Amino acid sequence: MIVTRSLTKRFGSFLAVDQVSLDVREGDRYGFLGPNGSGKTTVIRMLLGLVYATSGQIEVLGKPMPASGPEVLAQVGSLVEGPSAYRHLSGRANLALIDAAGPAGSRRSRQARIAEALERVGLAGIDNRAVAKYSLGMRQRLGLAAALLRAPRLLILDEPANGLDPRGIREMRDLMTALNEAGTTIFLSSHQLSEVEQLCGRVGIIDRGRLILQDDLATLQAPTGRLVIRSTDPGRVAAALDGQVQHRDGDLLIVAAPDAAALNARLVSAGIPVDELRPERRSLEDLVLSLTSAGADRVDRPAGPGAQAGDGDGPDQKDGGSR
Amino acid sequence: MIRVELVKLARRPRNWVSLALLCGLPVLVAVFVAVTHLAPPPGQGPVLLSDVLSSGSLYPAAALAIVLPVFLPIAVAVIGGDSIAGEAGSGMLRYLLARPVGRARLLTAKLVAVVVYVLTAVVLVAGTAYVAGILLFGSQPVAATPGGVTASNLAATSLSGSGLTPGDLLLRIAGAVAFISVSMLGVGAIALFLSTVTDSSLGAALGALAVLITSQVLVTLNSASAISPYLPTRYWLAWLDFFRDPILWRNIDRGLAVQGVYVAVFLAAAWAHFATKDIAS
Repeated sequence: MIVTRSLTKRFGSFLAVDQVSLDVREGDRYGFLGPNGSGKTTVIRMLLGLVYATSGQIEVLGKPMPASGPEVLAQVGSLVEGPSAYRHLSGRANLALIDAAGPAGSRRSRQARIAEALERVGLAGIDNRAVAKYSLGMRQRLGLAAALLRAPRLLILDEPANGLDPRGIREMRDLMTALNEAGTTIFLSSHQLSEVEQLCGRVGIIDRGRLILQDDLATLQAPTGRLVIRSTDPGRVAAALDGQVQHRDGDLLIVAAPDAAALNARLVSAGIPVDELRPERRSLEDLVLSLTSAGADRVDRPAGPGAQAGDGDGPDQKDGGSR
Repeated sequence: MIRVELVKLARRPRNWVSLALLCGLPVLVAVFVAVTHLAPPPGQGPVLLSDVLSSGSLYPAAALAIVLPVFLPIAVAVIGGDSIAGEAGSGMLRYLLARPVGRARLLTAKLVAVVVYVLTAVVLVAGTAYVAGILLFGSQPVAATPGGVTASNLAATSLSGSGLTPGDLLLRIAGAVAFISVSMLGVGAIALFLSTVTDSSLGAALGALAVLITSQVLVTLNSASAISPYLPTRYWLAWLDFFRDPILWRNIDRGLAVQGVYVAVFLAAAWAHFATKDIAS
C-alpha cells in the first residue's frame, strides 16, 4: 500500500527525513512512532504529495507519488496535524464543500455520504452550529468524518485520538478496527503508545529522520526468555532460584528461565507461594524509549552538569542517539 | 472546484460587508451633495462630482471615481490576498490538496472567485450609484452646454461640448466599468501571487497594497517619469476618457495593455511558485 525507497527530505541544511524506506502492506494496521520533530509529519506530507521529496521514491497504492496524485489521493483519506474546517460554517456545510472539491462524485448522493460519515464518527445528530463553537473532540471527529467521506482504501491519520476523552478514544479504536476488517489499510502516527499497542499490528519507529525499526508488533513484543514472578515471600523465591534471579524489586522478581510451567511446579513443590507468574515482554514504551532520543521539542542546556541532571531517562537514551 | 470557491465566496459574511461598504460610500456622498447642493468646484474633490448636480445619470461614473483610489483596491487586495494564504492559515489548504484538488485547479478557481468578486463589486457600485443618482439628482436629459476643459467638467456634456444620449452614456459607463474591472484584476493578480508566497492573508493583502502605494507615489514623481508608463496605477484614471467625445482611446488601450502584462506575469509567477511549493501549513 505504501512503499518508500530511501526517501529523503532536506529543508535547507536541515535533514528532516533521511533515507526512510517504509513498507506498509495491504490490510495493515501500521503504527508510525517517533518523538516530536523526528520527521513523522514530513513523511506523511510527502506521502500525500504536499511536500516534495528531495530524493527517493514513494509508491502509494502501487502508483508513484506525487506523479499519480489525482488518481491515488482520491482513494486515500487523511488527517494531518489536527483537523481543519471553515470556522464560520457548520460541520455539514464543511463536509459538503470538501466533498464537492474532490473528484466527481454524484451530487445527488452527497447528503447520504455526509450523513454516513457523520454517523460513523458519532456526530449523526449534529446541528447547524458553526464549527467555531465545536469542542476539540468534535472537531477531531469532524476531521475524521472528512477523511472517511469517500470510503477510502487507505487511511493516513496523524494523531487521530487527539482531543478525545477515554470513551472517544475507545470509539475511535473500534471504528478503526471495523474499517480495517472491512478492508481499509490504516497508517497512523501517534504518541500514545498504548493506543498503538492496542490497535496496530505493525510499527515503524522514526528518530531524527531515520527509520530505526520496522517490524510486526508481535515479534517485537515476543517473550524475552525471562519470567516475572510475584510472591508474598520473595526471599525464599530468591533462595530457591539462586543464580537465576536477575532483578529484584520488592515482591517482584525477574528470573532467567524460559519455561513458566516448569518453574511454577518447582516453586509450588517447594511450598513457596506464587501470586503471579508470567513471561516478561517488552512494552512498546520501553522499546520506543530505548530506541529514540529526546524529542526536538526538548531543549536542554548545551553543557554543564545541571543540564544532564534533569535528564532522567537513563542510559538507554544515549544508546538510541548513537544509532 | 470553481463552484465550491464561489459558494465559499458567497457564504463569507465579510465579503458582503465589503460590498455594502463599497456601495454605501458613494450613496453617502450623493446624499450629502443632494441635500446641500454643495458640490466641490470643478477641479477639486472627487472627479465628476461637480457635474452630477445637473444629471444624476452620470453619478455611476462619479461613484467609481470615489471608490477607485482606495476602497476598491483594498477590497480586491484583501480578497486576492486571502485566496491561498487564507486556506493555508485555516489549515484547509492541506486537506483540499489531499482531497485531491490539483494545485493548478485550485489556483484557477481562486482566480475565478477574485474575478467574480471584482465584477460584482464594480457593477454593484455602478448600479447602486445609478439608482441613487436618478433618485437624488433627477435624470434630466443631458444638456448640450458648452463643455469645459477640465476632467471634472466633461460630465453632462462630453468634453467637446456635444450632448450625450442616455444610451450613449450607458455604453460609456459600461466601458468604464470594464476598464476598472481589468485594472482591479491587476491588483488581484498581484495579491494572488503574494498569497501563494506567504501563509498570512493579511501579509499578502498589505503587500499588494504596498505595491500600489509605491506605484502611486512614483507616478506623481517627475524624476520617475522614465518608468511611469509601466507602473500598474499609471493608467487607472484613463477610463475618464470614455466620457470625452470622441473617446480618447490612446490611454485606455495603454492601460489595458499594462494591466494585461501585470495579470499575465503575476499569474504565471503565482502558478510557478504554488505548483512547486512545499505545503507546510
